[in-house]
Amino acid sequence: MTKQVKSKALIALGFAASTFALATAAQATDPTDPLVVNGDLEIVTNTAAPAHMDMIDTIQSGWEFRSPETQDLQRDDFDNPGMIFVDDAREAWATAEGSEGKSCASCHGEPEEMAGVKAVYPKWNEDAGEVRTMEMQINACRTENMGAEALKYNAGDMTNMVALLSAVSRGLPVNVAIDGPAQATWEQGKELYYTRTGQLELSCANCHEDNYDNLIRADHLSQGQINAFPAYRLKNAKLNSVHDRFKGCVRDTRAETFAPGSPEFVALELYVASRGNGLSVEGPSVRN
Amino acid sequence: MASGVRPRVKVPKSASAGETITLKTLISHPMESGQRKDSSGNVIPRSIINRFTCEFNGQMVVDVTMEPAISTNPYFEFDATVPEAGEFKFTWYDDDGDVYEDTKAIAIG
Amino acid sequence: MEFTRRDTLALGLGAAALTVLPFRVAASADDKIAEFTGGADMKSEGITLTAPEIAENGNTVPITVDAPGAASIMVLATGNPTPGVATFNFGALAGSQSATTRIRLAGTQDVVAIAKFEDGSFARAASTVKVTIGGCGG
Repeated sequence: MTKQVKSKALIALGFAASTFALATAAQATDPTDPLVVNGDLEIVTNTAAPAHMDMIDTIQSGWEFRSPETQDLQRDDFDNPGMIFVDDAREAWATAEGSEGKSCASCHGEPEEMAGVKAVYPKWNEDAGEVRTMEMQINACRTENMGAEALKYNAGDMTNMVALLSAVSRGLPVNVAIDGPAQATWEQGKELYYTRTGQLELSCANCHEDNYDNLIRADHLSQGQINAFPAYRLKNAKLNSVHDRFKGCVRDTRAETFAPGSPEFVALELYVASRGNGLSVEGPSVRN
Repeated sequence: MASGVRPRVKVPKSASAGETITLKTLISHPMESGQRKDSSGNVIPRSIINRFTCEFNGQMVVDVTMEPAISTNPYFEFDATVPEAGEFKFTWYDDDGDVYEDTKAIAIG
Repeated sequence: MEFTRRDTLALGLGAAALTVLPFRVAASADDKIAEFTGGADMKSEGITLTAPEIAENGNTVPITVDAPGAASIMVLATGNPTPGVATFNFGALAGSQSATTRIRLAGTQDVVAIAKFEDGSFARAASTVKVTIGGCGG
């Protein structure tokens, strides 16, 4: 890790956003027992950063930044309240909807047969000529194949379904493609990641690249990885989607935010997902 | 609030006679505390599960009185002694009069 | 609406009552303890309360109480608007007199657990939990 660069950026950030009262003392991430779910599902929560990242050597899941009590909630699916919503999605998966009388299961079988899908999303869709998130693909299935209405992008039902698709991919490495037809979207996302927004003039990078592992007030700043989304937050006791998290962060820079499902957030999701290439798919996770 | 309430219990499939086992329960419920206000400033009325019981073959294991300080999606973990084969019965009592039940059989062996 | 002097006085009294409210709340934790113990002395041994020193969010704080031989254990959050949390009554088939749950804490405060034993004695344990606020609230 390039400490010198980090502390310089910290000083700059201190001027930019003194109201955030960032603690300057770096808090070392405690070595913890590795994350193993249900006694047998090993989750990679840190690994070498992908080649496209210049400033960070080791990427870490947000799990490593949480307290031992919060971490423990993810070691057993029964203890993980996010799994309640996965169960709801399992029911929805097998329920026929729309004019074609089909359910997700009609074409895809058991949810477990979708293992690996979440790991490569967002993903270029050749027919549509666009990068699609999991949510966009679910709605494409609903409207084109089931004759059902699209779900609101960040509605509970939608986030629950994304959590089910994540749950069946847990332990597999995140591996989103950033080259070929997806490259332009990825570049747009990268641009957004490094662009300062709002009255506080903060970019994603100011907190999650320059200052991860520091305290922002009482909170331990993570690298902003999204491998573990959707996340059950203790704060609101429900699953939270990636775009809702983006929205909350951008709002906190005191900026007008992009909307969940907007092309900007889709691009940002692809870029941020690519910063986690190599970490395990981990959602639904438990966060503060 | 009876919609979307889903009890979950975790009980080993079998135990030896007289063994002490650990049980876990989780039920999806908002546990509205009666302390919150809606966007127009009106107090949202309290609506919680106020009691949880676990019995085995009609004998009490634990009987919990619950108040609004129990978190959303109430979770309990406790131990039970299993004298013989039989059935655990779990019951949650809602403020609104609804009662949610789940049962789990356990074998000796 | 016109305010008469009497109305204004009433408002002032109401405001005064509001400002003393925290004291009344603190008293009601004591009331609950008195109700549970009948004012009996409480030992400090025989009961364990496990709670995090720092809770990342007050909405979901894991706690465990353990009092071998207890008939029941009452848990109070002394700094909450209403201090009651739960009372565990252990039956004949309880495998231990211990239980784990997740509770809400309105802020940094003492969590108190009191065990009532079959012989009519009581024991008390307390633990201070610091409740942190998030960095951004996002």
